[in-house]
Amino acid sequence: MATRQTQSLARLMRAPAILLLLAWMIVPLAMTLYYSFLDYNLLNPGSAAWTGFFNYRFFYTDPAFFAAIGNTLILVLGVLAITVIGGIAIALLIDRPIMGQGIVRILIISPFFVMPPVAALIWKNMIMHPSYGVLADMARFFGVQPVDWFAQYPLLSIIIIVAWQWLPFATLILLTALQSLDSEQMEAAEMDGASAWAKFTHLILPHMARAITVVILIQTIFLLGVYAEILVTTNGGPGNASTNLTYLIYRAARLNFDIGGAAAGGIIAVVLANIVAIFLMRAVGKNLD
Amino acid sequence: MNMKLRSLMGACALTALAAPVMAETLTIATVNNGDMIRMQKMTKPFTDANPDIQLEWVTLEENVLRERVTTDIATNGGQYDVLTIGNYEVPIWAKQQWLTPLTDLPADYDADDLLPPVRAALSMDDQLFAVPFYAESAMVMYRKDLAEAAGVTIPDSPTWTDIKTAAEKMTDKSKEQYGICLRGKPGWGENMAFLSAMANSYGARWFDMDWKPQFDSAEWKEAFTDYLTMMQEYGPPGASSNGFNENLSLFQQGKCGIWIDATVAASFVSDPNESTVADKVGFAKFPNKEGVDNHGNWLWSWNLAIPASSQKQDAAKKFVAWATSKAYTEQVAAADGWRAAPPGTRTSLYENAEYQKDAPFAAMTLEAITVANTQKSSVQDVPYTGGQFVAIPEFQGIGTSVGQQFAAALAGQMSADDALAAAQSNVTREMTRARYIK
Amino acid sequence: MARATTQRSRIGWTIAAWFVALLIFFPILYTIITSLKTEQEAIAGFDLIPSFTLSSFEAVQSQNSYWRPFTNSVILSLGSTLLALVVAIPAAWAMAFSPTKRTKDILMWMLSTKMMPAVAVLVPIYLIFLRTGLMDTRIGLTVLLMLINLPIVVWMLYTYFREIPGEILEAARMDGASLRNEILYVLTPMAVPGIASTLLLNVILAWNEAFWTIQLTTTNAAPLSAFIASFSSPQGLFWAKLSAASVMAIAPILVLGWFSQKQLVRGLTFGAVK
Repeated sequence: MATRQTQSLARLMRAPAILLLLAWMIVPLAMTLYYSFLDYNLLNPGSAAWTGFFNYRFFYTDPAFFAAIGNTLILVLGVLAITVIGGIAIALLIDRPIMGQGIVRILIISPFFVMPPVAALIWKNMIMHPSYGVLADMARFFGVQPVDWFAQYPLLSIIIIVAWQWLPFATLILLTALQSLDSEQMEAAEMDGASAWAKFTHLILPHMARAITVVILIQTIFLLGVYAEILVTTNGGPGNASTNLTYLIYRAARLNFDIGGAAAGGIIAVVLANIVAIFLMRAVGKNLD
Repeated sequence: MNMKLRSLMGACALTALAAPVMAETLTIATVNNGDMIRMQKMTKPFTDANPDIQLEWVTLEENVLRERVTTDIATNGGQYDVLTIGNYEVPIWAKQQWLTPLTDLPADYDADDLLPPVRAALSMDDQLFAVPFYAESAMVMYRKDLAEAAGVTIPDSPTWTDIKTAAEKMTDKSKEQYGICLRGKPGWGENMAFLSAMANSYGARWFDMDWKPQFDSAEWKEAFTDYLTMMQEYGPPGASSNGFNENLSLFQQGKCGIWIDATVAASFVSDPNESTVADKVGFAKFPNKEGVDNHGNWLWSWNLAIPASSQKQDAAKKFVAWATSKAYTEQVAAADGWRAAPPGTRTSLYENAEYQKDAPFAAMTLEAITVANTQKSSVQDVPYTGGQFVAIPEFQGIGTSVGQQFAAALAGQMSADDALAAAQSNVTREMTRARYIK
Repeated sequence: MARATTQRSRIGWTIAAWFVALLIFFPILYTIITSLKTEQEAIAGFDLIPSFTLSSFEAVQSQNSYWRPFTNSVILSLGSTLLALVVAIPAAWAMAFSPTKRTKDILMWMLSTKMMPAVAVLVPIYLIFLRTGLMDTRIGLTVLLMLINLPIVVWMLYTYFREIPGEILEAARMDGASLRNEILYVLTPMAVPGIASTLLLNVILAWNEAFWTIQLTTTNAAPLSAFIASFSSPQGLFWAKLSAASVMAIAPILVLGWFSQKQLVRGLTFGAVK
């Protein structure tokens, strides 16, 4: 009796959030699906006609399409690698009793508070600019030709910028996991004369598995949608070297004003993102229980 | 009778009183360049004369502005009462009947004073659909001191061979002194604006009369190869991310021998407060290839237009007329000197002796604008209008994607031939999709 | 001997940690420094000591008023987060204390709603906003930002609530506490820290949102993201002005983040700690 009451109360409490998100998912998705079958250009609004799967065909036969998928994967995996490995290293570093721990922590989490377009502007103009950037100044100081980051290493530059933004997030989650590690276990391991590396691989890493999973999961969702950094810095170029899937859709929607094409691209992106999500859940989901 | 009259008078008095209270707010979308920002600070005479109109500014970076206003006007959103748009948008939007024709401008507006090419670009069926705030063509800016030291002279109307020779002689990479700076940053309004004009001056065109792209033509190949050679041998490092703004900084820092770009740059490079080379700049006409009678036909203007969806047509009309009037020019001149006056739109400005004295680049700018032919930008026949762009809605997309290929070639990631071939196939694809190519 | 080694290694680690921290913070630091330079200094090459001029800030402020977008940013980020909490707390509560077989699936599904690229649905949403009169209103954007961040809010709260031991509830029930008292006196105090950190994180996420806040506003509801969009590449020299505008856009949230750093560290656990 009591449980049934609780159950229905629970349902009632869940309902608003679920219904809202359901609406927020279904309405745009349905409209996008509808537009994806139309030949609808915003600049020629009179001529919206049904075209079947033409938009889909047009989108995936784009010469940039496969490059964009490859770049999306490289971008996501690259940023994940840097933030997870860097995050573990930094977490281990600032978990130690160091002087000014509070300030160090504040400095390290700061990039998380910077808006993505501002972060991209800062890196583009202050740090990586081939004439006025700090890196160019340093190169000249050492008598080396400054690197033109966005022309020579466009995707790497974007990975660096995005990783900079997400490193604090990973560091914080991994740090909290680290701090919850049982100190008795660590001491026991130390008594047994375990090496630092053995302690790391047998004790610390398994303990952090769940936190690492969370980092990967949350970041992947955000990283699949990265485009502001690309727009501000390289515009997807040179060529298609830094065009990812989201940017390709952006190009269709905001440069060509091709609403049908962008909608088809959006549907393709959702399908691909869900494949990635299922794959991810299979691979790391068990760590979440 | 008496009563009636009195009440009538009362009513009149009431309306007279009520009018200023019903203040209208105009929402004005502008681009964040220097002239527009100056205008925002100078609106006092307008608001004094029109106390019932309040101005609300939305200042955005060019690309964001274009996205925002295009979405709004195409969905009939009515969020803005005055738009700042380029002469690229005006004919396209006018054709969709998205813009209010500016027919009954005040008598002292003197539309006949507008420079004919500028006016033509903003008109359809002899009706103005936008009024120009400032306009520009393109020309050569070069360092007289460096040219002299290198022993070269740049004629008033140079050929590309003259430019190449001069650029080579003026280059001294050990001193971070580069012979030539040109746009390389991908974008239809960045590297493709320059490259389209340069291609025009080589006798090339974007499309033939059947809308077939022409990147496989000998003219395009020659223009593009020359561009790459100049930039890779005499240009600054990182040229594939340099747009107008980056090149402006480089030139102001004294790092460029020659810079070929928009005429508005002239007032920035010769401004002693901003430029380290202000007194050493020479100007010349946009180059052409020997034997091709074409100097690029670059014409760009930032204009004010009123969307048909605006609810405040009358107030908006008053504002656009004021902001592009002779009086506004005089007001700017009085406050910041004649050199700061918005250039390129009115004959009267170029006839003004004070302006001529204050702006050494005036004559060259005027000439560049008056010869710009946007109705036929190539020596070959073309099915489109526009000089350094093609005035079709699809151009933003295709221009940018071609710009990407060309920037990749400039960055050394692909050959000139591959870039041209990729451009040709991309544009063919898009033009087929848009049903230009049957 | 051992003590000396510990002391020495402590200094070593301190130096290493500070080095890494300064390296990560450097881009922000350099932006702050550049904002205090003149435009000429800003491009004159690497220099950590500015002339401490405020002229760039003045120039930025005179071009675009700062206070209205600032107020809008505060209202939008706080409003959307509070709204999200109102909806999410009951949901997360129910999921944590009366989980069903599908609870985890529902949570994953909620997160997956974030995978639709915003730019692909812009035109549909734009049209909805126009037709309903929500365009350029704070209410419209508040609701939208709430929807965008709702999945994260629910998930964070869920992992938090799940850590509250069930035995406490049962003990309270044994003592005859009503459901209302149970929530009010037993659970709320335990949940407050979790709710607080969720609030903080989402204020930050909402503050930093820079797509919808630009596309769906003109003047009345435009926050600091739109403010920044007017400084990204004007003509002429703009490094110092861009830095000043950037500092103005990120300073409030940076200060908030710094002051609430401890709370935030807890909030970011996402139940990662067991």
